[in-house]
Amino acid sequence: METTQDCARDKLVQEKERHVKANARDYNDKFSYADNRIKTSKYNIFTFLPVNLFEQFQRAANAYFVVLLILQLIPAISSLSWFTTIVPLVLVLVITAVKDATDDYFRHKSDQKVNNRQSQVLIRGRLQNEKWMNVRVGDIIKLENNQFVAADILLLCSSEPYGLCYIETAELDGETNLKVRQALTVTSDLGNVSKLMEFDGEVICEPPNNKLDKFTGTLYWRDNKYSLDNDKMLLRGCVLRNTEWCFGMVIFAGLQTKLMQNCGRTQFKRTSIDKLMNTLVLWIFAFLICMGVILAIGNTIWETWVGRKFEVFLPWDEFQSSAVFSGFLTFWSYIIILNTVVPISLYVSVEVLRLGHSFFINWDQKMYYTQTDTAAEARTTTLNEELGQVEFIFSDKTGTLTQNIMVFSKCSINGQTYGTTGSFAELMHKKTACLDFSFNPLSDRGFKFYDSSLIEAIKQEEPAVHEFFRLLALCHTVMPEEKHEGNLVYQAQSPDEGALVTAARNFGFVFRARTPETITLWEIGSTVTYQLLAILDFNNLRKRMSVIVRTPQGKIKLYCKGADTIIFDRLDQSSEDLMYTTSEHLSEFAGEGLRTLALAYKDLDEGYYNIWMKKLLFVSTVIENREDQLALLYDEIEQGMKLLGATAIEDKLQEGVPETIACLNLADIKIWVLTGDKLETAMNIGYSCNMLRDDMNEVFVISGHTLLEVQQQLRSAKEHILGLSRVSSQGNFEKTDMFADDSVFEEEAIIAEYALVISGHSLAHALESQLEHMLLDLAYLCKTVICCRVTPMQKAQVVELVRRHKGSVTLAIGDGANDVSMIKTAHIGVGISGQEGMQAVLASDYSFAQFRYLQRLLLVHGRWSYFRMCNFLGYFFYKNFAFTLVHFWYGFFCGFSAQTVYDQWFITLFNIVYTSLPVLAMGLFDQDVNDQNSLRYPSLYKPGQQNLLFNKRQFFLCTLHGMTTSFLLFFVPYGAFSVLVKEDGSHFSDQQAFAVTMATSLVTVVSVQIGLDTHYWTAVNHLFVWGSLIMYFAILFAKQSDGLCGIFPNFFPFIGTARNCLSEKSTWLVILLTTVVCVVPGLVVSFLRVDLFPTLTDKVRHLQQSRKKQGLQEQNLKRVRRTSSRRSAYAFSHQQGYGELITSGKNMKMSTVSSTCSHERTTHSSNWIENMLKRKNEVSCISQET
Amino acid sequence: MMASSYNAKEEDGHHSGSSTHGGPGVVKSKKPDNTAFKQQRLPAWQPILTAGTVLPAFFVIGLIFIPIGIGLFVTSNNIKEFEIDYTGGTPGNPCYDCAKNLSWNSSTPCFCTVEFKLDQPFESNVYMYYGLSNFYQNHRRYVKSRDDSQLNGDLSALKNPSKECEPYRIVDGAPIAPCGAIANSLFNDTLELYHVASNGTRNLIPLAKKGIAWWTDKHVKFRNPGGNSNLTAAFKDTSKPVNWRKPVYELDPSDSENNGFINEDFIVWMRTAALPTFRKLYRIIHKKPNTTPTLPSGNYTLNITYNYPVLTFGGRKRMILSTISWMGGKNPFLGIAYITVGSICFFLGVVLLIIHHKYDTRSNSADIPN
Repeated sequence: METTQDCARDKLVQEKERHVKANARDYNDKFSYADNRIKTSKYNIFTFLPVNLFEQFQRAANAYFVVLLILQLIPAISSLSWFTTIVPLVLVLVITAVKDATDDYFRHKSDQKVNNRQSQVLIRGRLQNEKWMNVRVGDIIKLENNQFVAADILLLCSSEPYGLCYIETAELDGETNLKVRQALTVTSDLGNVSKLMEFDGEVICEPPNNKLDKFTGTLYWRDNKYSLDNDKMLLRGCVLRNTEWCFGMVIFAGLQTKLMQNCGRTQFKRTSIDKLMNTLVLWIFAFLICMGVILAIGNTIWETWVGRKFEVFLPWDEFQSSAVFSGFLTFWSYIIILNTVVPISLYVSVEVLRLGHSFFINWDQKMYYTQTDTAAEARTTTLNEELGQVEFIFSDKTGTLTQNIMVFSKCSINGQTYGTTGSFAELMHKKTACLDFSFNPLSDRGFKFYDSSLIEAIKQEEPAVHEFFRLLALCHTVMPEEKHEGNLVYQAQSPDEGALVTAARNFGFVFRARTPETITLWEIGSTVTYQLLAILDFNNLRKRMSVIVRTPQGKIKLYCKGADTIIFDRLDQSSEDLMYTTSEHLSEFAGEGLRTLALAYKDLDEGYYNIWMKKLLFVSTVIENREDQLALLYDEIEQGMKLLGATAIEDKLQEGVPETIACLNLADIKIWVLTGDKLETAMNIGYSCNMLRDDMNEVFVISGHTLLEVQQQLRSAKEHILGLSRVSSQGNFEKTDMFADDSVFEEEAIIAEYALVISGHSLAHALESQLEHMLLDLAYLCKTVICCRVTPMQKAQVVELVRRHKGSVTLAIGDGANDVSMIKTAHIGVGISGQEGMQAVLASDYSFAQFRYLQRLLLVHGRWSYFRMCNFLGYFFYKNFAFTLVHFWYGFFCGFSAQTVYDQWFITLFNIVYTSLPVLAMGLFDQDVNDQNSLRYPSLYKPGQQNLLFNKRQFFLCTLHGMTTSFLLFFVPYGAFSVLVKEDGSHFSDQQAFAVTMATSLVTVVSVQIGLDTHYWTAVNHLFVWGSLIMYFAILFAKQSDGLCGIFPNFFPFIGTARNCLSEKSTWLVILLTTVVCVVPGLVVSFLRVDLFPTLTDKVRHLQQSRKKQGLQEQNLKRVRRTSSRRSAYAFSHQQGYGELITSGKNMKMSTVSSTCSHERTTHSSNWIENMLKRKNEVSCISQET
Repeated sequence: MMASSYNAKEEDGHHSGSSTHGGPGVVKSKKPDNTAFKQQRLPAWQPILTAGTVLPAFFVIGLIFIPIGIGLFVTSNNIKEFEIDYTGGTPGNPCYDCAKNLSWNSSTPCFCTVEFKLDQPFESNVYMYYGLSNFYQNHRRYVKSRDDSQLNGDLSALKNPSKECEPYRIVDGAPIAPCGAIANSLFNDTLELYHVASNGTRNLIPLAKKGIAWWTDKHVKFRNPGGNSNLTAAFKDTSKPVNWRKPVYELDPSDSENNGFINEDFIVWMRTAALPTFRKLYRIIHKKPNTTPTLPSGNYTLNITYNYPVLTFGGRKRMILSTISWMGGKNPFLGIAYITVGSICFFLGVVLLIIHHKYDTRSNSADIPN
């Protein structure tokens, strides 16, 4: 039996065409297609050790240490015992292996969970429950409502008429709207088991591939051929909705399903610190070689001048023919002893730190969203410190900034505004009573409105008000669904419409039912049926839609809603006064960031209508230019309308979005919005979340259609900015102090604020190589950049552009499948979980439920992670230089013979036992400034962006510090030991006493140093620092005890040294002196820095300490809103084509069974997909490192 | 009958329902625990470098170090030390002839006598050291050229010494005991000290040869194979190091407790020095019970049996007489270093204090943006 993987590989090579026969397992077995078992795990019990070790040794660091180990086994070179390398190496390998094993165990578990899901398979004439993994190609399986599809299956029949069924594809492409699949007509009546048993069609189709939207195949059955396409396929990962049951035939199973084929390898992301670290390690390596060469030359000279004469006591080895050869050997010996400058534990420690930081993110209660019960999740554990360096955020709009919930918040009817002013938050404070809609049995309980005067107006039967809501109830393309009496559910194609129709419903004009020809309303207690004569569909050019209805009274009316600018042009003279008042109101709405629509109606004359209708019928049959002619015709009738008023819909922002954006702006993070929405909608959101403001100097809109146009627009915008800023920098009047941040303004010399809005088609041109620089320059000059109507691909391109040219860290945040490309392209991808499917989250590095958590993720966790990582690295390099370079100095006094200063065990344990835990504790728990202050002073984030805390300069400083320390560490004891004598007169300046004194001094010095470097001493820090010191002394005495020495005299030759050495007062005097001498210079420097050039961090720390007792204050950023502007706030996220769909009646489904739970996410079930992606990540990371 | 995916679905539905009701504990929530550790709110001490903490520290260091330094310096100066170089490298030195004609194999020992005068009497115990210069006892190949198992009395190592001992491992088929370059190069000059009385008679000063090695070395690290009884038999099939005149079990014919591997001169030599210039304890001159100084001032003669060649590699040999104090032997370095470091710290404290007052930036803490 072949394994699955072999099989899959064979298929890739061989399978040209797939033959599947229903109900014929024997036949299908011939082809050995993949079965439905999913395997994302890498190892089993037997392969784990070899495979895992093989993988681990592919890593450069591990291989390097193996080479060192081999060098150490050569006696002529070996300057250290083999165990000094093998102990840390084994430790590292074991830790990694344990981690890999745990990961794989969980993958096994989730695989098993998925593989053991039950599905009903038709076997030998009966439906049997089978585990998913036992489902095979060619089987016919039954699915029930809300079940996951087990494999890629061909739909045969369903409970619905015409063999229709509905699926949700959220896990595949992230879209939550239901999709229809329809079975072939010939198979759609196979609705029972016996008929299905006899089904023996054969499908011949394409081999497995990863195209989700394409399928080609042919069904051969009863001597007929039927072509198959994607509309007849249910793919693995989909969920059956609103369909009681359906039957399907398995075409692709297991790893060959489109879902699995799509789980491609994702790019392995590295942080900039990672890259820097790799460079530094190379530098250190070069430095190591330099030292080796210097010492080797020293050795050659020494052997020539001294060693040769010293042969009386120390003859050369037989093979050592010349001093040069001796130098050559010495070089390798020194490489071995000095290798600890690149400590093996560095990489492991960094991984441990990142893992810890990820856990802190997962554990943060302040990033937990109660409503959906989602906690923040760090899905990648390797990027944390990069979060502290973000300069650009690319944000999706829908679902990320907004909740994708439209709320009917205000309206203007006949010159009168309704709906309370002020934001939602203010309303909550005032506790304004929400309107009571109990008079209306059909009302939607979720709907809230806060102005009772509107109810009064309806009750007083003001005709304009009634007409207003009637319009809202009639003029739309919403589909109603009434499962049982009074329980109405609207299927709105755009949320705007949903909000409007729901508003009408609550105010007593309930849209209840529609057929292709009629619309039934329930108008304040009575059922009224309108005859639907025509729908004048919406499109982006028309920016309006109308319906023509015949009232029960027989009158013909046209109702129109659309952009204010468009509607106002088509009004009757009589509405002129009203138009002015209404446009006042519209400006007011616009100022609040609401999306507006103007409403108008027109009474139609029977005769005129008939003529027009004839024209319409004629035009609809025309083939050439039909669209244009229709538009003309529509335009003709939509004239001379009477204004009713305007609606204002709030595209509800997610909680805290404007505050978050303001805060991130203060941290010098540039936020770009990339949305697939229309220009109007995007700008509208820009205004409502304060990214665009009316007091901005200029909002440039780039919407050219050709390269030249775009170039022209970009150039003029740029000239405008540069010209104006030169002028205003002299006057300095323009300076707005709202988000004033002096340093930045001075730096860029742009005082005025600009915004750039660019549409998708212009972006396509602007992204071409000759314009991209211009675009980037302009975008950089603007405070806000909004790209609308962009495709997922363009989102990625924009991110890539900034990433490539600015070299700064980018973060992309989004929630939908269309954001996946951008999330993968950016340095850091953040997914909003719990909104539109899992795709974005699966592709992301971090996920949480609300946009506002981004603030905490970056300003608190990111900043801390960066700060900690930098401190950690600085200290780590310092420590290892101080530790290792002592050998270099000693070289000058031991004939460059690669003699170690310390005892071998000390070298083995120094990095992994004596000093690892304190520095880890610092790297995990250190905080310079607490989280509240991190958020209160966003400027604290800037050092990260400017890469100030750890860069090449910092690296030089800390290695210099390390070198100085090693110098002092060697020469202070050297001075003392040259003539040291024990208190009982016995000689004492021997090597072992020297080693113990030096080692003790070193451990003391690095412990004191970490004490000075730690800003936040928790109990754990104390435990680790003191514990390490205690551990050092315990091990010191243990390894020099009589017992150990008695058993292994060759391994523990230091017997009694510690006792003899540490009982001497002079030893302690040396240690004290060394410690003070090593620590004081660093202390002076850092004191002077803090005292004379305090950074913001230092100041805030000071403030924090002095305020400690005053209690903690919550941050209180005011939501700032500017009003009054003369711009249209029209925005309507609607699409063309739905009108036609309604009049044709195609989407009128007569189903009685349906489900309302289509919006619930199934997080459990997607675990295995997640695991699979993770695994692919790992695979690719390995391939990168090789 | 229920498919597992269906169950999962239901669970979810149930769950969202319960969370809207706010019913706690119905379904386990993913809400992270509110512990100080997980929320990173562990109570912590947050020290800041301020003038108030750093400057006093400097003064304290200064005030502690300077007295210690002065104490060390005075003590060190009170120690009497006398050093004499008897290498004999230059003509006119009493040992010039010996040094010139020296060879390892010469069977006739060469004697020379050095006369010197102590200006001050040496009180209390006096320690006699030999000092070697330019002698690389810390060379890697030298250091590892020993077999600690053998020295620990291990019989198998005695018969088959470690490879590290090459080329002093086996000679003529017999294992060398003790093997290795260190043992081979054992210092073998003999020093005798005579006090020349005012009447010209020379009185031999008794030199104690016990108690010069570390206790741990003598009793734990170094052991004779098969205990101390009958060393000749224990070392039967071994040969002596090539440079030695006598086998290891005849190092001190006068005292069987000081023979073989536990010979103290040998142990002292085996404890390799850290630096190429070093001194090792040779003998102790114990204090006399009466009140006369151990070594009264006056003339002395040092009789040397000159065996040890150092001139070939430019080494020097010295004989040192020294008294000791509570902090060991004469060591001017520590005292001076302490005084210097203490003064620098004190001085830095003053300088920093001035800088701090002159450029006080503390008021700036108010100008934090926003």
